[in-house]
Amino acid sequence: MALLSEKVRQEVENILKGLKDGLKLVVFTQEFECPTCEDNRILMEELSAISDKVSLEVLDFVSDKEKAEYYKVDKIPAMVVEGKKDYGIRFYGIPGGYEFASLIHAMMMVSSKSSTLSTETKEQLKTLTKPVHIQVFVTPTCPYCPMAFQMAHEMALESPLITSDMIEATEFPHLNLKYNVFVVPKVIINEAIEFAGALPAAEFLKHVMKAER
Amino acid sequence: MEFILPAELKEVPVEEAKLYDLIIIGAGPAGMTAAVYAARKKLATLVISKNVGGQTLLAPGVETYMGYQYITGAELMRKFEEQVRQFPIALLIGEGVTKLSMKDNVFTVLTSHGKNFKSKTVIIASGRRARSLNVLREKELIGRGVSYCATCDAPLFGGMDVAVIGSGNPALTAVNELITYARKIYNIVQVSVKADPILIEKAERSGKVEFLSGYEVKEIQGEDKVERIVIKQTKGDKEVVLDVGGVFVEIGATPNVEFAKDVVPLNELNEIVVDCDCKTDVAGLFAAGDVTNVPEKQIIVAAGEGAKAALSAYHYLIES
Ligand SMILES: Cc1cc2nc3c(=O)[nH]c(=O)nc-3n(C[C@H](O)[C@H](O)[C@H](O)COP(=O)(O)OP(=O)(O)OC[C@H]3O[C@@H](n4cnc5c(N)ncnc54)[C@H](O)[C@@H]3O)c2cc1C
Repeated sequence: MALLSEKVRQEVENILKGLKDGLKLVVFTQEFECPTCEDNRILMEELSAISDKVSLEVLDFVSDKEKAEYYKVDKIPAMVVEGKKDYGIRFYGIPGGYEFASLIHAMMMVSSKSSTLSTETKEQLKTLTKPVHIQVFVTPTCPYCPMAFQMAHEMALESPLITSDMIEATEFPHLNLKYNVFVVPKVIINEAIEFAGALPAAEFLKHVMKAER
Repeated sequence: MEFILPAELKEVPVEEAKLYDLIIIGAGPAGMTAAVYAARKKLATLVISKNVGGQTLLAPGVETYMGYQYITGAELMRKFEEQVRQFPIALLIGEGVTKLSMKDNVFTVLTSHGKNFKSKTVIIASGRRARSLNVLREKELIGRGVSYCATCDAPLFGGMDVAVIGSGNPALTAVNELITYARKIYNIVQVSVKADPILIEKAERSGKVEFLSGYEVKEIQGEDKVERIVIKQTKGDKEVVLDVGGVFVEIGATPNVEFAKDVVPLNELNEIVVDCDCKTDVAGLFAAGDVTNVPEKQIIVAAGEGAKAALSAYHYLIES
């Protein structure tokens, strides 16, 4: 049975009609699929079937090791939303609930190569000189979470130095333990800087710029 | 699994120069219902809200909104939003109102992004937000075990012992959400549990919940995450230490009225005082839903009040 209901599928079809350039969903799973790996793959197969502007590449985390290293994917289920190039936009765990809207947002954004960030934010991001890795922990039932990682993904689109991961916290309990994730959204930047909650762009940016120091 | 998409956008321009008939502050059940009623009366309407859906987005499952035997709060709000977007209503979402003022029968609304809007009438439907305990280390440990959103954070407490503070429906709803994940749940209650019997029964049946009535939280302890809480008898000196990794605070809510304090009278609970037509003491200013002194903070009540407020604003406009 399809994961997407006919109603949602049609809505997605309508939205994806607005895609400009083509994009690719690069999905990592493995031979004996973890339960969410399978759902994630099926969801992406359904999504890519909706629009001919969306292509799909399903990779095996184990046997396609070089690809995993190339994309710096270190856990599954994983997915890269790739446009003309890899902007560093990653989803770990199945994007259900509110995350689904954000996946669609990421696809539209990558395809049009444009974010909603202000000119000042973009200018600030241009001054970055070191790589920034943003991890945003979320749950599918958290209405505030998409705001946080959509912003991180937009920053990744604008800056070649930023990689941004959405991490569905319930699927990676060991990471919750490692980073003390007891609230969502929780943001970890370069392993060192952390904050909780969906902050406005200017505040979020301040934390990102701290990574320069 | 649910896959949630935002309702389709029908863009109606938001204009700073325009004198609106009606500005609605807040897009929860009250504000969105008011918007639909206003649009049917062809009022030039602007809705300004921090988000679409309000507190109902946090309701895991709603069984009390007529027409739906069961629906998640998110899905219900999505349906409200779809209905709003059927009409030519200007929506400014993602900005908060920071100041409301009135001069010569015209209201001015200032937003967090520094925008100014003018209108002949205003409906305040800004709802409420969770109250904090104001105990030792609560602030420091927010996001480190202290949570105000069980719907969001419950899945992160798998296998742990947690405490839920509060006695009403929201508290028992949190308890019931945690049952799926946590090992043991203490429900700390000042006097006695006041939630719907159906919620209490579900909690009791799980065998995971221990009710501690007659206690309040004295302090939360823990270095970089919550490790335990100290509770103290409400009428007595006995103290108990509970080893918990999570504290869910569900002790009620406080109205979002900071921006309106100077214009409109509030009661002792900081609620906006309205009459049964949703009128405030200020001509042209109306209020609806959880932000008001109307008893029973429920979706169906808020929606009904929103309808009344819009119709009252309409009558005010045609009569003045
Ligand atoms: C966890 C939980 C579970 C619940 N479960 C149920 C249930 O099962 N059944 C039921 O009937 N009720 C339930 N409720 C109660 C119900 O959610 C509320 O009664 C209802 O949402 C009130 O609607 P409202 O429109 O008055 O306010 P709100 O829902 O609070 O909406 C207020 C809106 O105003 C916006 N806002 C706030 N301040 C500003 C500002 N300064 N400027 C601009 N916008 C602003 C907010 O962003 C929000 O969009 C639950 C509540 C919670 C918290």
